Amino acid sequence: MERRVVITACSAITPIGHGKDQIIESLLKGTSGIKPLREDELISRYIHSRVYGTVNYPIDYDFKRQHRKTMGPVAYYACQVAKEVLEQTGLPEDFITSGKMGVAFGSIHGSPTVQRDIYRIFFEAKEKSAYQSIGAVDYLKSMVHTTAVNITKMFGITGRVISSGTACTTSSQSIGYGYEAVKYGLQEAMLCGGADEYDTITVAVFDNLLACSTAFNDEPHRTPRPFDKLRDGLVVAEGAGAVMLEEYEFARKRGANILAEVIGFACNNNGGDLILPNLQGITETLKLGLENAKANPQDLELVSAHATATKMGDIIEAQAIGAVFGSHPYVVGLKSYIGHTMAACGAIETIMTLYMMQEGFIAPTLNLEEIDERCAMIKHVQKILQEPVKTAAIQNFAFGGVNTILLIRRFP
Amino acid sequence: MTRQEIEREIKNIFQREFEIENPGMDNDLRETYEFDSIDAIELLLEIEKFLGSELSQEEKKQAMDIRTINQICDYVERIIQTRKTSAAK
Repeated sequence: MERRVVITACSAITPIGHGKDQIIESLLKGTSGIKPLREDELISRYIHSRVYGTVNYPIDYDFKRQHRKTMGPVAYYACQVAKEVLEQTGLPEDFITSGKMGVAFGSIHGSPTVQRDIYRIFFEAKEKSAYQSIGAVDYLKSMVHTTAVNITKMFGITGRVISSGTACTTSSQSIGYGYEAVKYGLQEAMLCGGADEYDTITVAVFDNLLACSTAFNDEPHRTPRPFDKLRDGLVVAEGAGAVMLEEYEFARKRGANILAEVIGFACNNNGGDLILPNLQGITETLKLGLENAKANPQDLELVSAHATATKMGDIIEAQAIGAVFGSHPYVVGLKSYIGHTMAACGAIETIMTLYMMQEGFIAPTLNLEEIDERCAMIKHVQKILQEPVKTAAIQNFAFGGVNTILLIRRFP
Repeated sequence: MTRQEIEREIKNIFQREFEIENPGMDNDLRETYEFDSIDAIELLLEIEKFLGSELSQEEKKQAMDIRTINQICDYVERIIQTRKTSAAK
């Protein structure tokens, strides 16, 4: 049994704004969310890359102590976007708690802020009393599925829990596996997404791999630069995104506001190197996505590329898009606005794509001033286009060789 | 330490750590204040700090049936008495 799956709500906390209005305004104005890296007492001074996609505005949380006590910063982000999504759907509490709705949500490694506090105790402990400084809830705040289960706890959700922790494909897998859970009748609805909090260790990891941008430390808004000749690496970022997926008939009958339909998803692995981008693997992902969606390349009007702005990654992705989709669809690298929000990127970029579909425009890839000729075989966007988009693909690739593609269609 | 001093400190802990102001002495903490197993573990850590003495695993297990502030005060009194007796020996 294959059922249609629709998106009935979405919300995001991003470096360019919180919620639809702010995010659209930033996309239309070409506002970058990249800021100078914050100094910390730990490691920031050693990092070459001095830029970060930063959520630098206050968020008005209203969580009870019973919920706050098991939440690290990443769970605050996750629960906030989940709360906003649930409010938008208007789903009744008896449905939310019925077991017919599940959660697919993840982060790259729980809460690094809480983990750092635990390690500090571990390494600085001189006597037994230090052991008492580890709180009973520290594990619940820091574990890899902390976002998913804090959401289930806060809203009494009793259905399936899927908590991918596949780095940059975490939340595209959340949506993809949530889509499959609804499509194949395992759940009526799935709340899907991902989140990651501010973390300099992640920057250090990519910095050591020479994958971070360092050439624009004095002008953060000029990086990352997907597909541009001067691109010099990714910019790590924070944020969260959530979408509600519902079975189409269920959503229609209850009069839900249907934003889009998820028409396909594919995930595969390169089966080899855990870091290097792989043309064969990614090409196969895109083909599998089209096959799953029963779509043709010419059906696609827009591709949200993973486009981290690394030297090789962008070339490989452009080649794969060119080989499978040709030069027909517009291609945009949305990380140019927000940086690489890690576990959240799949969900946030899906939501940004959805907003553009709804509003009938395509935002350009920011900082794409001179297209790298090795990426020139695809149709780049360098200025705002007032173009209606019916069908779009969202691509994300992760360390570990994991690749995903989601295909969505505007509704109706 | 008097019973009043213990009560005062336990109420302080409830206010400071659990945002529960002036809990009823015989109210069921779970039913009235959503005080759960995680809170119970945190409370034992606070009691250890208050007593300046580590609780044994056995003593911690004895606390798992506690439901009210009065029972917590009884528990703390009993621990203090046990420590005194041990010290006297």
